[in-house]
Amino acid sequence: MKANCWQGRDSVGIEEVPEPRIMNARDAIVRVTSTAICGSDLHLFHGYIPTMKKGDILGHEFMGEVVEVGPEVRNLRVGDRVVVPFPIACGGCAACQSGLYSLCENSNPNAGLAEKLLGHSPGGIFGYSHMLGGYAGGQAEYVRVPFADVGPVKVPDDLPDEKVLLLSDVLPTGYMGAEMCGITGGEVVAVWGAGAVGLLAMRSAYMLGAERVIAIDRFPYRLRLARERVGAEPLNYEETDVVEALRELTGGRGPDACIDAVGMEGHHPSALIDAYDRTKQSVRLETERPHALREAILSCRNGGTVSVVGAYGGFMDKFPIGSLMNRSITLRSGQCHVQRYTRLLLDRIRRGELDPSFVISHRLRLEDAPVGFEMFRQKQDECTKVLLRP
Amino acid sequence: MGADVTATDDAPLDGLAGDGRGGFLPRVLGVLSLGLGAAALGAPDRVSRLVGVDDSALARTVLVRAVGVRELVPAAGLLVGRAPAGWVWARVVGDAVDLAALAVALRDRGGRRRRRVGRALAAVAGLTALDLVAAVLASRAPAGRRTLRASATVTINRPADEVYRFWRDLENLPRFMYHLESVRADGDGRSHWTARAPGGRRIEWDAEIVDDNLSEVISWRSVKGARVPNAGRVRFARAAGGRGTEVRVDLVYAPPGGALGRAVAKLLGEEPGQQIRDDLRRFKQVIETGEVVRSDGSPEGLATLPQLRQRPARPAAGRASR
Repeated sequence: MKANCWQGRDSVGIEEVPEPRIMNARDAIVRVTSTAICGSDLHLFHGYIPTMKKGDILGHEFMGEVVEVGPEVRNLRVGDRVVVPFPIACGGCAACQSGLYSLCENSNPNAGLAEKLLGHSPGGIFGYSHMLGGYAGGQAEYVRVPFADVGPVKVPDDLPDEKVLLLSDVLPTGYMGAEMCGITGGEVVAVWGAGAVGLLAMRSAYMLGAERVIAIDRFPYRLRLARERVGAEPLNYEETDVVEALRELTGGRGPDACIDAVGMEGHHPSALIDAYDRTKQSVRLETERPHALREAILSCRNGGTVSVVGAYGGFMDKFPIGSLMNRSITLRSGQCHVQRYTRLLLDRIRRGELDPSFVISHRLRLEDAPVGFEMFRQKQDECTKVLLRP
Repeated sequence: MGADVTATDDAPLDGLAGDGRGGFLPRVLGVLSLGLGAAALGAPDRVSRLVGVDDSALARTVLVRAVGVRELVPAAGLLVGRAPAGWVWARVVGDAVDLAALAVALRDRGGRRRRRVGRALAAVAGLTALDLVAAVLASRAPAGRRTLRASATVTINRPADEVYRFWRDLENLPRFMYHLESVRADGDGRSHWTARAPGGRRIEWDAEIVDDNLSEVISWRSVKGARVPNAGRVRFARAAGGRGTEVRVDLVYAPPGGALGRAVAKLLGEEPGQQIRDDLRRFKQVIETGEVVRSDGSPEGLATLPQLRQRPARPAAGRASR
């Protein structure tokens, strides 16, 4: 079968690889009908996530048709159409039973590796380094889905792939980003990053009751999407000082909650500050360029909440702990516990209250994945989300 | 999950206990070697003046530095290594060379220099005596008494009696313990164990359960005559606030010297604690999910020891296409 494989830093390519097979009794094999490139795939692409190996199949956002099930999978049948959450979760450990699916204690066979870098290990993720399991990803014609009796969500035939594919990651990730803000009604929420996750976090913040949402990015087309499709107030960080502008926009208070939907490869308008983190990151003295996170903490109102859903990998410098501590700021974060949100969000999509497909900008064939990566990385042609069809 | 290579509270494992480290004296000598080596390399002029050979350009520029390097090698071995005897003997040989060199220097010199060389000679002679004592003591320590021990702990989301029952059926152990090929329960608390060793070798022994307290502890030890005496204990304790069962395993091996001992050491890996910890991770997988979890990078499931030598995350060959 064809699969999009990591070939080293800044290089992916379509390779012919063997088809997957059932390895555990609770596995299923899915024929992929749609898959997407995630912003976090760019971190892998750029080589910022350790423990990648040449030949690893990428991709953790995918859906398709079940073509084979292991003997212990009783809820799925061959022919079912399913969306697969990116975290692999067993459903039986203490973490899964508390709804913390991305922290599944059993799904990462390489937990020993992750413990060395992260202290304790999170669960496994499709196509996302060996430290997080060494699982083949979904940018392929077929994919093996472990614990298929827990993760995959059956979707009705009348909903097209585009409307439900994003249930695998960016929609629930954006939703969790907003949910962690503790919105009760009337809040002002600022969101760093108007990519797919950021846009869907903005949409979710409104859905949960925020009164105003402010979008921060540097690409005019993304800010336009935020304004026109979500109703957010745009702020271009290359044109204005963000902390100052947010103070101005909120009567001096600062936003009640700030969402970091940027993660480890942020940019800074000051060439000097940008170069500082870029240099340290390139020689691996820090693993992050955490401009968005620093700004989010400094901007947040006293006693407010900073919610981090942008992906980070290791260690950052100049963390504004003084601001966080002295101003009683709550910091919340996590890889999305997708399984917790899929049914709730699918219901909303079904009822027509939510259609996340507005973030999809490009539809390519799987064979064109390398082009898609390049386009997404360079933000060419107003790229926000690349969908691939095998 | 935590792991540790030394255990506390060892009553049932005591018979096999021993000190795998080199002991106090070799470590003191290691520090001394480090100091002397650093001084000889860092300030060769001053050292050569101190020992009275500063009139010789060869001694100043080459010999003293060579002595420095020679000191640093056993220093590293004594401070980091696990078998001190060889390193202490290396020091004794070095001492003999130094004594000979200083004796020559003493013969060729007079006056103040001669007195300085004499003092250096006396100092080295004293050190040689100390090294000899340490070397003899280290060599006398029987190789067979060196023990390898490892322990690790994990929390399992099940009541203690269920976790206990699974372990008490010793034939379950090879399902998650990487180095075990099989365990056969022979009844009456006796069992026959077969372990994999590097190079396709097998190590077999009989064991008996020495302590078996329902839902609390099981401990076992190899019976007399085992080539690799070993013992193990697993304790089960209710985790705080109903968070399942905390399982703690302690294993002790007393490998003999020679090839078999090396094979056992290799079997347990560079980090025995990590090995047991991975075993317990799989124990948890088996109880909580039904089997050992596999990925494309770790398709064997059991063999997570070579985690760093992962296969690429893609299906392995060996299946006709669909």
